[in-house]
Amino acid sequence: MLLEVKNLRAGYGPTQVLFGLDFAVAEGGVTALLGANGAGKTTTLRAVSGLIRPEGEVLLSGQRIAGLITESIARLGVAHVPDGRGTFMELTVEENFRLGAYTRRDPDVAADFARMWEWFPRLKQRWRQQAGTLSGGEQQMLAIARALLLRPKLLLLDEPSFGLAPLIVQDIFAILRRIREESGVGILLVEQNANLALDLADHAYLLETGRIVMSGPAAEIRQDEAIRRSYLGY
Amino acid sequence: MEAFLLQLAAGIATGGIYASVALAIVMIYQATHHVNFAQGEMATLSTFIALTMIQAGLPYWVAFAGTLVVSFVMGALVERLIMRPVQHAPILTHVGVYIGMLLIIGNMTGWVFGYTIQMFPSPFEGGKPMLGGLISSHQLGSVVVTLAVLILVYLFFTKTSLGLAMRAAAYNPRSARLVGIRVDVMLALGWGLAAAIGSVAGMMVAPIVFLDPNMMLGILLYAFAGALLGGIDNPPGAVMGGFLVGVLENLAGAYIVGTDLKLTVALVIIIGVLVLKPSGLFGRVVFTRV
Amino acid sequence: MNASPARFLLVVAGLAAALAPLWVLESFHLFQLTMAVIMSLAVLGLNIVTGYNGQISLGHGAFFAIGAYVTSILMAQADWSFYATLPFAAAICGMVGYAVGLPALRLGGLYLALVTFSLAVAVPQLLKHKALEAWTGGVQGLFLMKPDPPRWLTSVLPLNADQYMYLNVLIVSGICFLLAWNLIRGRIGRALMATRDHPTAAEAMGMDIAALKTGAFAVSAMITGVAGALSAVAVEFVAPDSFTFLLSITFFVGMVVGGVASILGSIFGGLFVLFVPNIAESISRAAPGVIYGMILIIFLFLLPEGFAGLVRRLLAKLSSPGNPQPK
Repeated sequence: MLLEVKNLRAGYGPTQVLFGLDFAVAEGGVTALLGANGAGKTTTLRAVSGLIRPEGEVLLSGQRIAGLITESIARLGVAHVPDGRGTFMELTVEENFRLGAYTRRDPDVAADFARMWEWFPRLKQRWRQQAGTLSGGEQQMLAIARALLLRPKLLLLDEPSFGLAPLIVQDIFAILRRIREESGVGILLVEQNANLALDLADHAYLLETGRIVMSGPAAEIRQDEAIRRSYLGY
Repeated sequence: MEAFLLQLAAGIATGGIYASVALAIVMIYQATHHVNFAQGEMATLSTFIALTMIQAGLPYWVAFAGTLVVSFVMGALVERLIMRPVQHAPILTHVGVYIGMLLIIGNMTGWVFGYTIQMFPSPFEGGKPMLGGLISSHQLGSVVVTLAVLILVYLFFTKTSLGLAMRAAAYNPRSARLVGIRVDVMLALGWGLAAAIGSVAGMMVAPIVFLDPNMMLGILLYAFAGALLGGIDNPPGAVMGGFLVGVLENLAGAYIVGTDLKLTVALVIIIGVLVLKPSGLFGRVVFTRV
Repeated sequence: MNASPARFLLVVAGLAAALAPLWVLESFHLFQLTMAVIMSLAVLGLNIVTGYNGQISLGHGAFFAIGAYVTSILMAQADWSFYATLPFAAAICGMVGYAVGLPALRLGGLYLALVTFSLAVAVPQLLKHKALEAWTGGVQGLFLMKPDPPRWLTSVLPLNADQYMYLNVLIVSGICFLLAWNLIRGRIGRALMATRDHPTAAEAMGMDIAALKTGAFAVSAMITGVAGALSAVAVEFVAPDSFTFLLSITFFVGMVVGGVASILGSIFGGLFVLFVPNIAESISRAAPGVIYGMILIIFLFLLPEGFAGLVRRLLAKLSSPGNPQPK
């Protein structure tokens, strides 16, 4: 198991948001975390990447990461594309790329840049532009590219479809599919758009006010009309 | 005409010093969104340390380099020990801490090194007029040195990985952490670098105004004016602002208000900028969300 | 107002404590206490605009200086009586404060701190300027005389000039403190604090932010200016070098250490800035400034709410030791 989370509890100051979550992400697999606004999905990702300090057990390839600081968890191979995308707006596309690969010392960085240019040709076009001048879709691609340049074991994606036009979202998810097929990265995907997420994922969990109320193979959940109607709204 | 050129040249020379201190201020501002009121005192202390090294027999440039290193360490320590504990405190506490540092460092300098005005040597064969008599050799030398420092700093931030990481940590600490940058270390390094830059300014200005514990206060003011004029979130802008202020100060002092009120010129510039164009000549406008 | 017996006793005790020094202290210490009260008043002024209204001023020494010089010039050059100069000094400082408050509207936090700091640094130079020398006495400054106690008072109560000065300072400060206290606990005080804590929301709710903020500056400048006027007469001397940026820093330190946004804190602050430098000097004759700065930073680390905050917490614990307190 790439990521194993047991009894995860977290919150902001006196407000507790997560009340004991259990979930996992397989090596090279895609796990979807679904739920309505306020369910705690973003908080869950933050707890895994260390932006907030969780209680409970978080194991990355068997190693305890709960309680480590964000930088250390990133260096262990967890790339988090946060809510709002986290792009370095004042820096250029090139600089964002360089920052993605900042911690790497291996010689394959140049090859990875080339791969990102192939997957995201528009980013190559806008190489020396300030990231803040890119469109929403391009910024999302930049955020994903930056995360991938870490050569992560685990990719955390917070609502990649957020605020994007449907056509662009399709492009993004096509890329995510490519990521799943061509690299061995495990993905923990938080999405409000359950349909898209279930299409991509192997396994899914449904979060409701800080608790997991349902889990199972994505294909099953997708086909179960009763579950879809009552929990996912379609 | 020659008098005008003289003032202009002198303005550029002092402007270089203001530009250096302005850069130090802006670097810390970018990283922390706070203004280091104690920047001047730190530079003065560094200059006294340099003098001590020189008086101990070290050649000038060895003492110069040594002072850079010591200042760097001092700046990083101040960040770690004094700034770090209050990083989440309200703004008033921060201002208070800066004031406290100003008091401590300023008074410590006076206590350890005494309050008598001292001479500080210039490495540029003090005093001979150059460029057709427009500018003294020291002034020219100090412009060259400050420009060299500024160019090196520029290259560091734009061309090196570490410089990029420091900028990233200043712009977006959260995202910087997410790519594995140790933001806390970057902050300490930034302070160290700012202190080192400030020490250069101190060593360049001391031969002109003579060294005493209050040397940098007026300069700090001009540096503030320069940083604001250029845009406090814009390092190259702040540098240009520093040069501009140097020239404006000298010209205004010579032709408009007289040397007695030169500090007032800085004040007027500061107020003028903030009232007319708060983001400075080259800065960006920032919007606040409700 | 709660007319509880405890409050009444507290007021009486306070009055007694304030008046007692007249008989208990000899000249020098009484003078020190007089200056402490003046400092408290100056800190109160700063508190109104910075503590309660969140506009950081590192330049209140300028208002202090203006008040001091207005009084000195009127007394020394135009032979006015001390009392007549006070409202005049207050009015002028109020106007200057308002004038400073106008551009301050466009500045936030640190920018305002920068501008006011620059003002503080520039003040001595301005005061020394040749154009004003005829009035200000230039670098040498002006000498004044404390008013003598009037006959009708000395016939009832034998006071010398120093004691009379203390009484004057006490009364004037008392009036100012009372006015401030009234202001703060009413609607305006709440509006001031609302603009400090939630500026954009306050504006969205229809408060006239501009009027509030400039008004706060005006009132703040008035009060600190009056303190300056009092100090000129208490010291019987004004000179430009009495009003360096260190003075503005001193007020700021007093406000923070005493307790931001607190009337009681202003009193503590005034006592602190007057007496602690002496203490610092007794700890280390060589580097009192260093000790002073260290005490400031220690306060900021350990007691960010100042003396007043500490007192508040102690009182809360004493009044209901077992009850849970809201944070």
